[in-house]
Amino acid sequence: MTAIVDIRDLRKVYDGGFEALKGITLSIREGEILALLGPNGAGKTTLISTICGITNPSSGEVTVGGFDVVEQYRGARSLIGLVPQEMSLEPFTKVKDAVSYSRGLFGKPRDDAAIDKILKQLSLWDKRNARVVELSGGMKRRVLIAKALSHEPKVLFLDEPTAGVDVELRKDMWDVVAELKAQGVTIILTTHYIEEAEAIADRVGVINGGQLLLVEEKDALMRRLGQKTLQIELQEPTQAIPETLAGYDLELVSEGQALRYTYDTRGESTGITRLLGDLSAAGLQMRDLLTEQSSLEDIFVGLVKEGAA
Amino acid sequence: MNWAAVSAMYVSEMTRFFRTIAQSFISPVISTSLYFVVFGAAIGSRIDQVEGVSYGAFIVPGLIMLSVMTQAISNASFGIYFPKFIGTIYELLSAPVNFLEVVLGFVGAAATKALFIGVVILGTASLFVDIQIQHPFAMVLFLLLTCLSFALFGFIIGIWAQNFEQLQLIPLLVITPLVFLGGSFYSISMLPPIWQKITLFNPVVYLISGFRWSFFGTADVPVGLSLLAIAGFTALCMGAIWWIFRTGWRIRS
Ligand SMILES: Nc1ncnc2c1ncn2[C@@H]1O[C@H](COP(=O)(O)OP(=O)(O)OP(=O)(O)O)[C@@H](O)[C@H]1O
Ligand SMILES: [Mg+2]
Repeated sequence: MTAIVDIRDLRKVYDGGFEALKGITLSIREGEILALLGPNGAGKTTLISTICGITNPSSGEVTVGGFDVVEQYRGARSLIGLVPQEMSLEPFTKVKDAVSYSRGLFGKPRDDAAIDKILKQLSLWDKRNARVVELSGGMKRRVLIAKALSHEPKVLFLDEPTAGVDVELRKDMWDVVAELKAQGVTIILTTHYIEEAEAIADRVGVINGGQLLLVEEKDALMRRLGQKTLQIELQEPTQAIPETLAGYDLELVSEGQALRYTYDTRGESTGITRLLGDLSAAGLQMRDLLTEQSSLEDIFVGLVKEGAA
Repeated sequence: MNWAAVSAMYVSEMTRFFRTIAQSFISPVISTSLYFVVFGAAIGSRIDQVEGVSYGAFIVPGLIMLSVMTQAISNASFGIYFPKFIGTIYELLSAPVNFLEVVLGFVGAAATKALFIGVVILGTASLFVDIQIQHPFAMVLFLLLTCLSFALFGFIIGIWAQNFEQLQLIPLLVITPLVFLGGSFYSISMLPPIWQKITLFNPVVYLISGFRWSFFGTADVPVGLSLLAIAGFTALCMGAIWWIFRTGWRIRS
């Protein structure tokens, strides 16, 4: 797959002298969903703003669809749709006018059918003639998304699209995202909700302190960094972990009905075979085995801590 | 050129204007009528004629200029300040538009509104006094250039301003005095000799003089100079806006 967004050694120093991006290099593939995770102030919004033309890069290069975002901004920006983190909308504009306006601004000829389709897709059809002030917060968020989609972008940036959004809208939103992905749109989203990244992203990037700590296939990331647990259900409950098993990272759970073994999938060997042998030797009979992968959240928290250390 | 964007910006700005069309129409009508009551009737009864024109008619070009300049500035400065204030400027900054397109859209709309008000005032004034326009082509040209250049200037103020006070500051502190002292209500030949010299440093004098010439054929300064002054002012503002967009001054961090 080719890179649709190519970021090279991107740095951003704000006027006050604060370095918000410290040399980010990242290739975003056409058609993928990339989730950017990072704590508050990590630089996610700054990164998106610099790609979209809202802030000037201090150094480095960004291309979108092969167009340099500074030198060939017209080509680059025509491809981009942006849903900003802040809910900024003109209060007295009608919903459908706001969406049409965005389409025009991005150089597309007026197309009422296309706008109607987007409004229906985002459940804004009933509100198409309402003014923005009359909408609830979640509906305003939908309007922002509709505006970003109005000019049929090839690359869509969603900066914390689900902050303050109810379950239903979140579901709607992921349906829209899935549909866009099916159409070949590349989607970059930032979120604090790790389950979201886990549920919909193809790749996950972790940013902290203006640095990209890693970017990896979500599955690979979880395999590579994930700790797993093995739950061993016992035939007979036991009161204590036998002395002979003291060398293993074991925990007694379910009132002695089971043992939980934590191991690192990155290690040379998991130690499972040896453990199972030692269990039988200690006279414990197994009824069932269950493995569990740790969530992205665990990985994420671990990474950010590592970066801070 | 991204004409779709130009028209989107222009239409959206004009929509805001049409939402309050009644206000936009009524306030110049009332204020013009008041000027005629105060200046035309009260003062005009004492000043018979200025340069062969009745005082009531003499002040019409100045009155139009006064409103057009202040309206062009306030419309354009507010038009671009508002998106900065509420944050919707993000969309403009991320859109594939260049400075010329933004200027055509935003400044074009502000200039249109000012032009509309100028025409309303001319219409209202014609109810009070008999107005003849000797050089209609020049009159339209002066009016258009004034709308445009002051809208450009207002646009710069809107980008420069970081709060509402600053937005009001320049029009209040600079423009209003210059316009009032620019010969809106008198001919500079009526001033003491020393002030006749000083007042020539006021750029507004040239605009009002030229505009008045297009009505009555008499001017305080040569009409060519008037045209040069306003063309120069327009070019200066365009240059400043081009620079603003190139550097992102006050709009792009
Ligand atoms: N206009 C600005 N001027 C100066 N510093 C800024 C500006 N905008 C952001 N910053 C700083 O840059 C850093 C990164 O901010 P950014 O908004 O990119 O973070 P973020 O990852 O999007 O955080 P969040 O999850 O809270 O949205 C922060 O320390 C912030 O204070
Ligand atoms: Mg952010």
